[in-house]
Amino acid sequence: MIKTGAEILCECLIKEGVEVIFGFPGGVLLPLYDTLPRYPQLRHILVRHEQGAAHAADAYARVTGKIGVCLATSGPGATNLVTGIANAYLDSVPLLAITGQVPSHFIGKDAFQEIDITGITVPITKHNQLVLSTDDLARAVQEAVHVAMTGRPGPVLLDIPRDVFQGRTEYICPDKIDLPGFKPKLFGHPSQVRKATEMINSAERPVIIAGHGVNIARAHPELKELAENAQLPVVTTFLGIGCFPESHVLSYGWLGMHGMGYANKAVHNADLLIAIGMRFDDRATGGVSTFAPQARIVHIDVDAAEIGKNLKVDVPIVGDVKNVLQVLNKQIVKRDHIGWLSQLDGWRAQHPATEVRDHEDILPQYIIRQIYEATKGDTIIVTGVGQAQMWAAQYFFYDKPNSFVSSGGLGTMGFELPGAIGAKVGCPNETVWCIAGDGGFQMTVQELATMVQEDLDINIAVFNNGWLGMVRQWQELIYNKRYFGTKLYNPDFVKIAEAYGMKGVRVSKKIDVRPAIHKAMDHKGPFLIEFVVEPEENVYPFVPPGKTIVEFLEMPSPLGSLQK
Amino acid sequence: MIRKHILVALVQDRPGVLNRIASTLRRRNFNIESIAVGHIEQPLLSRMTIVVEGDDANVEQVRKQLDKIIEVIRIADITGESPVAREMAMIKVRATPSTRSEIIQIVDIFRANIVDVSPDSLILVVTGTQDKVDTLIELLRGFGIREMSRTGTIALPRGGAGPLTIEENKPLRHAVEKAPDDEEGLPDW
Repeated sequence: MIKTGAEILCECLIKEGVEVIFGFPGGVLLPLYDTLPRYPQLRHILVRHEQGAAHAADAYARVTGKIGVCLATSGPGATNLVTGIANAYLDSVPLLAITGQVPSHFIGKDAFQEIDITGITVPITKHNQLVLSTDDLARAVQEAVHVAMTGRPGPVLLDIPRDVFQGRTEYICPDKIDLPGFKPKLFGHPSQVRKATEMINSAERPVIIAGHGVNIARAHPELKELAENAQLPVVTTFLGIGCFPESHVLSYGWLGMHGMGYANKAVHNADLLIAIGMRFDDRATGGVSTFAPQARIVHIDVDAAEIGKNLKVDVPIVGDVKNVLQVLNKQIVKRDHIGWLSQLDGWRAQHPATEVRDHEDILPQYIIRQIYEATKGDTIIVTGVGQAQMWAAQYFFYDKPNSFVSSGGLGTMGFELPGAIGAKVGCPNETVWCIAGDGGFQMTVQELATMVQEDLDINIAVFNNGWLGMVRQWQELIYNKRYFGTKLYNPDFVKIAEAYGMKGVRVSKKIDVRPAIHKAMDHKGPFLIEFVVEPEENVYPFVPPGKTIVEFLEMPSPLGSLQK
Repeated sequence: MIRKHILVALVQDRPGVLNRIASTLRRRNFNIESIAVGHIEQPLLSRMTIVVEGDDANVEQVRKQLDKIIEVIRIADITGESPVAREMAMIKVRATPSTRSEIIQIVDIFRANIVDVSPDSLILVVTGTQDKVDTLIELLRGFGIREMSRTGTIALPRGGAGPLTIEENKPLRHAVEKAPDDEEGLPDW
């Protein structure tokens, strides 16, 4: 059947199971926007800035496990996607970014709103393509989704000139994908898995480090089975939070710069690390030369290029973690590790990292804990980047996979609002809390309009401490309190919420925290709470950059009395 | 150990491939000593020979990164396989009646060819190892080199099937689509 390029794009997206597009129109996209209304199966959500479209699609993909789709016009529309694409690239999120391009006969002539977006995004996409013919479009979309979703997920960009949307051709969906250079290894090498089994069976002080790969591969049951059968303590990475229930007796928190002291000690003193779907990021390892000095390392990852990148490993296993764990689980013998686990429990008692201290004013940690109690942990938390992000990771307990959505690799302030939109659109029946700092909130504040227009029931907590808090904390601790460029003159956040047409309240007394949280959750539609918090609260534990992960600073005493 | 590495790659002949490869090397701070691209016996495929200097582990790391590029079908570091590596150079050298015969003697020793003669210069073509070409250039420098162009290294591993050999009726890359029962035919990991 003869169809236009715009129709073919819509048909292909529907065939790939796409239901939502986060987009922003523009000149060269008009043929597509003229076609979209005829495909009501594709819900178009109009964002207010293309960065928001990319972040929303990113969070949508994280919570649903499906591909996230964002759409932007040529030139500035495309360049505005760049931060969001980079964010998805560093956190291995399957994202399809579609950009309009000037008509093909204008390409290379610096036409109005022309930019070489495929050139720009080479280092931040898994793959990208300029589609120069309507005939190539169906195959390009199919390949793009396949590449984005298969193996280690990542963003793929398709740049489509206006005349390709307008061109007409026979719509033929290719029956198979022909990418001879793309064959991710999904099954671990059997002899390597056997070697890993032997090491695990004979280890005295083993620790699992479970990362984002477990969340991505939906390998939670396999991880739990492995941990329980061999009685292996589980530490997660920051993005691995939620891949193993934090209330589980074998859960020992998450490691790294702001990770729990006991998690860092466990990893540092282990004789075997079983690293699953993680990449030994510098924020996780601290000083890499002194990382886990006594440990042999089994590293399971679907991306061969991650193995041996940051440190030497003893048993490399390239494969999808779900497949590898299934094989591993058949070979593992039951162990108990009583001595090692009681050692870890001792460290946990010695370094309490998740207890909220008693304080007269509103501590940010207190708010997070109150949200945890009000939601009973049954919510999706979407964070920005900085102190509030770290408190949200530390003081909430995540038992559900993929319930913690955060920008880990790129550390993108401004991810929180559009991210919350994507999470709510992807999981409309889940409660969504957006944890925003006063800095990051203002980076993508325009997306409040998107929430209101789509009437999304999102609860937003803005932590107003009047500082770019994480940078201020570093200036305090490392630059001898020479504060510069970090003090914020903030707007009235409640008035901003109201101006966008949503409800908002300001909370500056501790006694009002809990009622405000319940009010937000009872309210249908977006609701903002501005929490006026203790301005110079720091995130602890803190491993100064370059130090070994056990050289963490803890909250200085006097601690005050601890409140459970 | 820092040394020269010869990477050979089989790539799909599509726009942007060279850019992706160069971009990956640049990002990891590799200086590309030479890169040579040309068609091979199969349609729609090209072969690249990339010479970079670096530490073995770093080169292996970047090789794995390059292997992730969708258009890269196979890539191998053949440095350790004592490959046959050659390059070609065209050199235009100043030649007067009094120096011409001396130059021709040198050309003969190096089994180079003179491909153009003009009253005051010669163009000669030499193929050989990088060392041989370097030596010839040094010898000719005294006569005055007016222009020159070098191709960069191309290389093939010795012996039977190499890492990039395309066997008839076999997929371009070993595909592991279902769980393997045994280890036969699988790469190390």
